Amino acid sequence: MKSPSFHPLVVANTSFKKLNIDLNISAKPLDILKCIEWVMSQKSGGIDVFIGTVRDATKGKAVVRLEFEAYVPMALNQMEKIAQEAVRKWPVDKILIHHRTGVLQPGEVPVIIAVAAAHRAAAFDACRFAIDALKENVPIWKKEIFEDGETWVAAHP
Amino acid sequence: MNLMTVRILAFGIAKEIVGASFIDIVLNDGLTVKKLKGSLEERFPGLKQLASYRIALNNEFANAEQPVQAQDEIAIIPPVSGG
Repeated sequence: MKSPSFHPLVVANTSFKKLNIDLNISAKPLDILKCIEWVMSQKSGGIDVFIGTVRDATKGKAVVRLEFEAYVPMALNQMEKIAQEAVRKWPVDKILIHHRTGVLQPGEVPVIIAVAAAHRAAAFDACRFAIDALKENVPIWKKEIFEDGETWVAAHP
Repeated sequence: MNLMTVRILAFGIAKEIVGASFIDIVLNDGLTVKKLKGSLEERFPGLKQLASYRIALNNEFANAEQPVQAQDEIAIIPPVSGG
């Protein structure tokens, strides 16, 4: 019988950075301005930014807080695929995807996607693609905590 | 068929269904992802109540016919909800 291989649950790498791609999964608050500054350059004609924020209610029920959990190495791997695909499909100069983990209050920022390109159409399209793909395929989960209970979002039909 | 012990990581609601952030189970070496899912659902019927769930091997989503090896990093991926 083969012995189990070791799977570290704590992973040192929580970010990935190349010349044109910056990915990060962080337990600390995200810095919107720093994200925008990172993609900004004289090469680009515009920047499109998507900022996700925590809503204070779901279907009329007050949300007390959200808790985000990530499978970090796989989430980074999936985020890299999304960023590479965006760069391949559209003439994008730089793309940044940062995601928060841990406990977030209404109004806080769980995700920032910033895309810089020579022309606005590519920036808008790539940014839209990136947030849609993230919601589909990046292993990050959120639990909504209400005053009378909690649910993992999208878990049940 | 040889047996292998594998560690399976569980996240989000899967962690609650399984009752731990990982479990070690004995399986047939090289079984398919489909068979792995069947075996997991027998042990943890709560998985069948989910809208869907995927298996990841080595940080990639796996397809149903892919074989699972002892050295793979295996994870249960319930419906994701980031962003």
